[in-house]
Formats: sequence, structure tokens, C-alpha cells
Amino acid sequence: MSLDTILASVASMTAICSALMVIWQRNAVISALFLVLNLGSVAILFLTLGGEFLAAVQVIVYAGAIMVLFLFVIMLLNPAPLKERFASGPVVTGLTFALGVLFVASLMRGVMSLAGAGGAMASVGERYGSTRSVGELLFTAYLYPFELAGVLLLVAMVGAVVLARRQAPGED
Amino acid sequence: MDAAMLKEIGEIVVRMLIIFTAVFTGVAYMTLVERRVSAWMQDRLGPNRVGPQGLLQPLADGLKHLMKEDVTPPGAHRTVFILAPIMVLIPAVVSFAVIPIAGDAINLQDLGLPWDWQIKPFIADVSVGLLILLGLASLEVYGVVLAGWSSGSKYPAMGALRSTAQMISYELALGLAILPVILTTGSLRLQTIAEAQSGTWFGFIPHWNVFIHPFGFLFLLISIFAENKRLPFDLPEAEPELVAGYHTEYSAMKFVMFYMAEYSAMIANAALMVTLFFGGWQVPGLALPQPWMFLVQAGAFAVKTFFFLFLFVWVRWTLPRFRYDQLMNLGWKVLLELAFINLLVVAMLVAAGVM
Repeated sequence: MSLDTILASVASMTAICSALMVIWQRNAVISALFLVLNLGSVAILFLTLGGEFLAAVQVIVYAGAIMVLFLFVIMLLNPAPLKERFASGPVVTGLTFALGVLFVASLMRGVMSLAGAGGAMASVGERYGSTRSVGELLFTAYLYPFELAGVLLLVAMVGAVVLARRQAPGED
Repeated sequence: MDAAMLKEIGEIVVRMLIIFTAVFTGVAYMTLVERRVSAWMQDRLGPNRVGPQGLLQPLADGLKHLMKEDVTPPGAHRTVFILAPIMVLIPAVVSFAVIPIAGDAINLQDLGLPWDWQIKPFIADVSVGLLILLGLASLEVYGVVLAGWSSGSKYPAMGALRSTAQMISYELALGLAILPVILTTGSLRLQTIAEAQSGTWFGFIPHWNVFIHPFGFLFLLISIFAENKRLPFDLPEAEPELVAGYHTEYSAMKFVMFYMAEYSAMIANAALMVTLFFGGWQVPGLALPQPWMFLVQAGAFAVKTFFFLFLFVWVRWTLPRFRYDQLMNLGWKVLLELAFINLLVVAMLVAAGVM
């Protein structure tokens, strides 16, 4: 067992456990913290796959920016910890269970199809996951989706500004 | 475990020992420098009683904080309250793993030691070192936010909210200020960026990025003052308004950890500015045999870094504090736009083949 395999296993286990803790915690701040741990372990998984750039971006964008804003909002609203578990009943439980089985089954099928391909993974080039190759892909093959995502974010931001302004006293 | 692996681990440990010893000594003595220099600027003496010129003061301070009672306020969330100072210290210290302190590696045998070990001038050689530094800087916000939240008290909560808003706002300008350097260097690896700044123009102006990107450097400097919560941007801990901001409720060693984190981040940011804009360890026109080359370069790096640390202290006693809305306006309405225009101009020049 190589060092990479051990690291990947530990990171995967941490990712799964922290993801579970996100939904089991009743305190929103602690939940958010476990989500940060989850995002961090996914970044380590990217690292073990050779995607240094992706790992760094994962930390900067998700852990460093988005989750900080999440925490910021949680602290501003300061919600009381949940007193009870989520609503449950035979219908909800049954539906949840069925969807869960479906999800795990499709996931297993995807993993199995990978393993079925002769066991050998497709080899990757020397520059795989490097900053240059990711950048080239974003600005050639995936240019339109990339630009569209940018426009989408811009629209959301303009919308947020409009909504926030309308509620300000003394305006309109 | 075979000999090769032992040797590799040994080399890494030596590297870590050198760099972290330097960093922690630097942190301890920065507190003394700050107090002595501010005393000098205010025509006072400052702490000069413990040891010659007060040189043992950091040790005495450390001992004092170890002996003090560690109070946890009753309204605090215990686990997070303990976690917060750790989460603010670790990213600040880990940043030093990717900063190169000299050019080429040296062998311990050059120093007259019996081991055939290569000592590289950095702990980790990462191809995206600059991104790692930015990522770690953005993680430092967590410790601050959590300290404010877990204290269960109003002043820390207000201080934490302020610092979150401030650090997120200025991170954007910081990133945009750095991008022109990446455009002209074409690498995110800090050692490559430092190496690219060798040589001189006309034989006396060093080939440093600060002469190529003066505006980028100016924007980075301002953002770093805000990121570090130093005066004139120290609103998260503005004492007339918020007592001590997010660490109001902390005492003893936990309080010291916040201080250590603050000074480590200061040193890391100073080292970042030196590496990106002032040639890192480069000394123009220097050619010496190893190990002297390594030692002189590391020394030059330390001197350049210390200059910026001195600048931090100097500015602290020169400029008054901004108001909070002024801080936000400067960040979002001035600095961000100017940094973006700077980036666009540099990008066009690079595309036109001028740079």
C-alpha cells in the first residue's frame, strides 16, 4: 500500500463522515464547520489524483470564500439549534429509503463500470490537472459553458443587489 | 524503512527545523520590535529591563502567559472556543512551507557536517505555491469568525463580523493585484517567480517585479494591511469601540496563539511581497561559492522581509484608523476597480507582446 493510497482512503473516510455530521448536527455553525472539513478532504482527494490546481481552487473558492459567507450569514441570523429531528412518518421514511437505495445503486453501477474496463484506468498525460491544461480546456472546449456560468453568476448578483436595495428605507 | 527514505525524511525535518525556528523566533522578537519601535516613535523607552535592551522580554512574556489562568466564559461553546485559536494559527504557520528562502540547494557537507544531505531552500516545492498561500490566507478567517461566535459575547461577535467582511472584501483586491505578476512570469511556483527576477537593467536597477508592476505592488501592499488587520485598517479590534474585538474573551496561552498567528501572518505576507515584487532572495550581481551563496541569499531575504515588517510598525504609528464605511468603500469601489484596470492593461500589453 503506497502513501498515496493511505492518504486517499483517509481523505475519503473523512469526507463521508464529515458529510454525515453536516446533516446530523443540530447546531448550524457546527454543521457548516463539518462542511468545511468535507470540502477540505475533497481537496486532498484532488491532490492525490494529481490535480494540484483543482485542489488549491477548491480550498480558495469553496472553503475560503463560499463557506465563510455561509458562516457569516448564519452568524448574522443566529438561528436557535434545532430542538427536534426532521419530520418523519411512514411515507417520508419510505420515500427517503427508496431514493437512497436508487442513489447508491446508480453510484455502484458507475463504479462497477469503471472497474469492468479491464481494471486498468485510462492513463493521463503529463500535464493532467495542471493549471495550464485546465485553463486551456476552459477557454477552448468548454468556453461557452464557462462564459454562461459567468453570466449566470452575474445575473444572480445583480438580482441580489436589486432585492437588497428595494428593502432599504427611504428608497423609491 | 530503507536508508534512502530515512535520508529523505531527515532532509525534510532539517528544512522544517530551519524555517520554523526562524519563523517562531521572528514572531517572538517582532513583539519586542513592535513595542520598542513604537516607544521610539513616541519618544518613550519601551521594555528595556529584561536582559540587555529588553532582548529577553519575549521569553518573560511567554512565561507569564503560561502561568496565567485560562478562563473560559460561561456562555462559550467550549469545543469551538478551544478550536478557534488553533484554526487561526495553523494556516498562518503552514504558509511558510512554500516560500523559498534562497536559490539553490546546499549540501550539509558544504557546511563541514558529516551528513550527505541536500538542504533545499523551501519545505515543499508546489507548482501552485501562490494559490496555496492565497488559500491558506482565506482559511485564516475561520479562526477569527469562530473565536467571535464561540465566545458568546457581543464585542467578539461584532469584531468577528467586521473582520470577516473586511478579509473577504480585500482578498479580491489582493488576488487581482497579484495576477499581473503571474501573467508576466507565467508560473504559480514561487521559486520560478523569484528566479525570473534575476539580473539588472543598465547594470544597476535590479530586475524586480516592483519596477514592472508598481501599481500591482501598491494595491497588494494596501490589501495586505487590510488582510492583516493592521492600522489603518484594524477595525475588527478597534479598542475604543470593541474592547479587543474577536479575542476579547481569550486569556493565557489561547490569547498568545492569536498574537502568534497575527505576527506569523504578518511575516508570511511580508515574505510574499518580497518574493513577488522584490526579487525574493535575489541579490543582484552576487556570485559566491556555496554555502556562502545560500547563507547570503537567505540573509538578504530576511533583511528584505524585515524592511516590510518595520513598515507595518511604522505605518501603525503614522496613520489614523479609517471609519468602517470608508474601509468598505475603499475596498469595493476604489481598490478593486483600480486593480482590475491594472490587470487589463497588463494583459493587453502581454497579448501585444510588449511585456
